[in-house]
Amino acid sequence: MDKEELERGALQNEKEKQEEEEEEQVVNPWEVSAKEGGKIDYDKLIEKFGCQRLNQSLIDRVEHLTSRRAHVFLRRGAFFAHRDFNEILDAYERGEKFYLYTGRGPSSEALHLGHLIPFMFTQYLQEAFKVPLVIQLTDDEKFLWKNLTVEESRRLARENAKDIIACGFDIRRTFIFSDFDYVGGAFYRNMIEISKRVTCNQIVGIFGFVGEDHIGKYSFPPVQAAPSFPSSFPHLFSGKDNLRCLIPCAIDQDPYFRMTRDVAPRIGHHKPALIESLFFPALQGETGKMSASDPNSAIYVTDSEKDIKNKINRYAFSGGQDSIEKHRQLGANLEVDIPIKYLGFFLEDDAELEHIKKEYGAGRMLTGEVKQRLIEVLTKLVERHRRARAAVTDEMVDAFMAVRPLPNMFN
Amino acid sequence: MGFSKDQFLARLQELKIEFSQYEHPVVMTVEAQAKYVGNTGGALSKNLFLKDKKNRFYVVSALADTKVDLKVLSQRLGLGKGGLRMAPEEALGEILQVPLGCVTPFALINDSARHVSLLLDQGFKGKEHCLFHPLSNDMTISLNVCELDKFLRSIGRNSSYVDLEANPPVGKDNPPDLADLVPSDSVAVPDLLEKAASVQGPTKDHAVSVTKGAEPSRKVKNVKDKPVGSMQPSNSFKDVGQYVEEILDKTSALLLSEITEDTIKQHGERLGAVVSNCIRERLSAELKADTRSYLNAAYTEGFGVARMMFQNTGSHNQFRCL
Repeated sequence: MDKEELERGALQNEKEKQEEEEEEQVVNPWEVSAKEGGKIDYDKLIEKFGCQRLNQSLIDRVEHLTSRRAHVFLRRGAFFAHRDFNEILDAYERGEKFYLYTGRGPSSEALHLGHLIPFMFTQYLQEAFKVPLVIQLTDDEKFLWKNLTVEESRRLARENAKDIIACGFDIRRTFIFSDFDYVGGAFYRNMIEISKRVTCNQIVGIFGFVGEDHIGKYSFPPVQAAPSFPSSFPHLFSGKDNLRCLIPCAIDQDPYFRMTRDVAPRIGHHKPALIESLFFPALQGETGKMSASDPNSAIYVTDSEKDIKNKINRYAFSGGQDSIEKHRQLGANLEVDIPIKYLGFFLEDDAELEHIKKEYGAGRMLTGEVKQRLIEVLTKLVERHRRARAAVTDEMVDAFMAVRPLPNMFN
Repeated sequence: MGFSKDQFLARLQELKIEFSQYEHPVVMTVEAQAKYVGNTGGALSKNLFLKDKKNRFYVVSALADTKVDLKVLSQRLGLGKGGLRMAPEEALGEILQVPLGCVTPFALINDSARHVSLLLDQGFKGKEHCLFHPLSNDMTISLNVCELDKFLRSIGRNSSYVDLEANPPVGKDNPPDLADLVPSDSVAVPDLLEKAASVQGPTKDHAVSVTKGAEPSRKVKNVKDKPVGSMQPSNSFKDVGQYVEEILDKTSALLLSEITEDTIKQHGERLGAVVSNCIRERLSAELKADTRSYLNAAYTEGFGVARMMFQNTGSHNQFRCL
């Protein structure tokens, strides 16, 4: 089966597979849960979705093309899957640039580390490849799905924008927009082009909508699809209809973009490429993803040093043994140990991480020590984020969100 | 410089605001104030100056008998439980520019208070006259809340009346109902960092709190939690000198900490190269992050200027989506 057929197959058979899903893991933009008591099986997910694994040769190519070490998330496999990333790299090698597209559904003021991950990675991609970026704040989506007023969703969008900006995006190459503010004009024309090419059955198949769902839900997916096409941003990419798009996102967003990729050729555009991440595990363990509604499942960017210490010590699921003697004898179970997983994401030093894994796995290092190191790393991260956040003013948000040209966006 | 009482009273007269004034000896509490103006027919107010963990400030002005629960208020503002506490004395002087015992909605006339959020008790609306201090506590002003609203409009403020005793549930499906009243900007009060360590605070009887709900011990508790990084004023990203000095301070500190008797012995001639690498490794990420903030702040300022220029010519329509 060639890649095209694989994707089509995944798309059209979605409905049948959904019936099997009751016993299996569930992964879609609104729900993520593993099979009963287990952890997410990413191999199965890749197979079911029909995307590719990000292998070492691609990572090497990235290092070569950007003349710098690959981001820690790539080295450690946090971003592990992709669609057409190799084509993006091929084009880049030929001197053809691309733009980045990512986004956030601003449903709560509290951002946790899991939320930051795609943004941290996107910031690296922007800097390494020197390309422009559009960031979509889906305040309309949150209004449609949650119990929020329009004003509240718009307010949250602006608040979230500040934390996003604090991730270090370059204002000379970044356009942030909220759906409630920006949708219209060329963007809307693309939304309608997309809508005409997706049937109700397909939408139901991909997203599981039912008859009782309000029509807002049905008509939302084109809004998230439209930014994949450069013609949606005439003030940025006018005359560049051939520009490719790369979308860094968590793998639960794959359904949106499968739909988008299916439509793209039919409206004369390149298919957007994707580079996808694992779920950042909750403090309590691998069985799901962090939830903004349970404060102890995650480390928030507003947590104090004390909070971080407390949460890691009390709630971070440990793979260590029950007693010190047993631990020294058997070593820790690195597969389920949360501090080790978190260090995998955030401890930059490869050698140090290897050392910790070796010692902890052999039982020579104790859980307390691993947690202590993690607390240090996370505290530094959160402090740095807060510092950058404090420097973000309302005027800066206005500037990032202004519909303005970005000259030199490729330099 | 903050407004003086006389300047403020003159302003009220300019605005043709109807009010009566009562002079009395300096009072520091509502009880004391009541002795002098309690029988004028006006409703006494109690005024709290509060701050949250992100250094945002609030004036809560309520009828003296309204029960104000800071924990509930904190949740309704979306600050979590215990997100609100009494603002320290220094902030009173720096931000509201009024003396102890004199928190009043009128203090918002000062530019230093422009980011302070004002919450007014709904109960004021039902009273003929309400009593507040003008900017000093040797006088009380009596006026109808409509006149207060007029004053607030004149300084570009909306009046936000709130049922302060309400206790609506706040959770996943019930967003905090007062979240709109949280200021968008925090206020940097640099002195606060050093003084916070030594503030033990005079207790109850004092200025900033006159309500049953407040615990004086809160001020002391606040001190133990490590001061939040948000203290860093965004101004350092616009002042070149300050920015460079900070970089050099960090580099210097690291350099000095890495050159010790031991490290000299250990590395000898190579110490220079070793320390140089260390500095690069340890400071690179931090300096990059700071510089990005700097760049964005500079661009934003330029953008603001351009926007001002276009607003005057009326061609700002081109900022709309094409």
